[in-house]
Amino acid sequence: MHPAFSVIFFTTLSGAGYGLWFWSALSLWWSPGGHGALAGHGFAMLLGFVLVTAGLLSSTLHLGKPLRAWRAFSQWRSSWLSREGVLALACYLPFVALLVGALTRSHALKAMGPMLLALLALLSLATVACTAMIYASLRPIPAWSNRRVVPVYLLFALHTGGILLALLLAAFGELWNIGGMAIIVSSLLLAWLKRGYWRAIDRDPLPATRASALGLPADRVATVFERPHTEANYLTTEMGHVLARKHARRLRMIALVLFAVVPALCALPVYLLPHVAAAWPMGIAAVSVMLGAAVERWLFFAEAKHVVMLYY
Amino acid sequence: MTTLAPPGKKKLGLVIDLDTCVGCHACAVSCKEWNAGGIAGPLTDEQPYGKDPFGVWFNRVHSYEVEATAAQPATTLHFPRSCLHCETPACVTVCPTGASYKRAEDGIVLVDEDKCIGCKLCSWACPYGAREYSAVEGVMKKCTLCVDRIYNETIPEASRQPACVQACPTKARHFGDLGDPESAVSKLVVERGGVALMPELGYAPVNRYLPQRERRAGPPGEAKAAPEETLDTSKLNPLLRWLDRALSR
Repeated sequence: MHPAFSVIFFTTLSGAGYGLWFWSALSLWWSPGGHGALAGHGFAMLLGFVLVTAGLLSSTLHLGKPLRAWRAFSQWRSSWLSREGVLALACYLPFVALLVGALTRSHALKAMGPMLLALLALLSLATVACTAMIYASLRPIPAWSNRRVVPVYLLFALHTGGILLALLLAAFGELWNIGGMAIIVSSLLLAWLKRGYWRAIDRDPLPATRASALGLPADRVATVFERPHTEANYLTTEMGHVLARKHARRLRMIALVLFAVVPALCALPVYLLPHVAAAWPMGIAAVSVMLGAAVERWLFFAEAKHVVMLYY
Repeated sequence: MTTLAPPGKKKLGLVIDLDTCVGCHACAVSCKEWNAGGIAGPLTDEQPYGKDPFGVWFNRVHSYEVEATAAQPATTLHFPRSCLHCETPACVTVCPTGASYKRAEDGIVLVDEDKCIGCKLCSWACPYGAREYSAVEGVMKKCTLCVDRIYNETIPEASRQPACVQACPTKARHFGDLGDPESAVSKLVVERGGVALMPELGYAPVNRYLPQRERRAGPPGEAKAAPEETLDTSKLNPLLRWLDRALSR
């Protein structure tokens, strides 16, 4: 599949943003205003807003008619893309309410704080799950309908968002050393999931054969004699992307090192040496994990094979 | 609305005879010609006379070489590929805007281009490659089963069928109601053992393809090399025998 950069930016940036919202909402819910970490959490909420919004705006660049994007909120009964749009919009409601509450120190909103935080955390995760389901529901692309796709998307959001929150807490507040442990665990879990995913997509055949695509009995072998067109068309450029499969091994290693190995190594001193300043290692981890997520997402698109290419 | 209506009785579709199709691309060309000006138009071409022509077509005619089996010789298979107007089209249910829809009254799958946002998700959801995106117009394009012809009362009744069907010089394309077991197309499908494409994916295509008829295999080894020509002069009449002897000197 053709890896559109607008969609890669969208899924990685807003994924991190939703993860950041989830963790900061959870962390604030757990200890509202405690540990003098409000500044870190405040920045985390704002950075989450920036990432989510930048990602959503980037996703509209993928559209042929961006000005009609509002129509995408209508078909949530059947379409995961529409559900994603609705939930993405819904996430802004608790965020704005929390922001107004923080700015105006309104007592009513303060009382609703825990509920708004829980709502933000839940809606953030649900939005990422919908993004994943857009891909997971497409049967003609086995690399996307793989059962690991939804857990990987969710874990990537939690992993990238978690590291960004750790960085902000380390820089503006206090990062507990258990945060380092959490990053190590999520790095290992994500590496394990992605390895399983890559093995599965290398092993699993397409869900149909050329014989069944042509209505031939299963024992007939058909080879292309003449293509229907001499030049490329939409199908061959959109579904017939081959560049990544050529370099898949190396790119997978690069992604794995960037999203799992480097963050885990950076998190190790944070866990083991609680009194060492954590901002620097977390800064490196944050840059690395975002680059790794982008490479991983690029591969997710570029490596995926579409059934329609059986005809070519 | 992209949720599917309960399946209707009428299922308009095409039956394509792979035995008589000669791969002439007349269906593809006449489709392009009609639909460039019909409700799905324009069917934009980018650089049509330039270095890398690129454009939207609703019909693509593939040609394959099918290897011989023990019972059947090798054949050439011409395979016209177009929208199959599935009974459970994923291209419709994934659409976030309601631009894609399947008509309850006759089962035709259409795109309302005024609602399409050009997200391309429907083209990803289709395993048959029936949808092609027009970057020029920013919307998705697909076969309409010539909905602007088949119900068109301003054209002669004989012309009220899809352009591809009318153009086919070998009558390899048939149009009709596949939901009615008594229709000519349904009977043809039963008679010739018509098949659906990739039924295992579960989209329940309406269109059917009629497989090639059994071929007579030639003498064994026919394709390998021309046999040595020999002449048994003892079987010739006296005049020809003499001529053969005279010319052989």
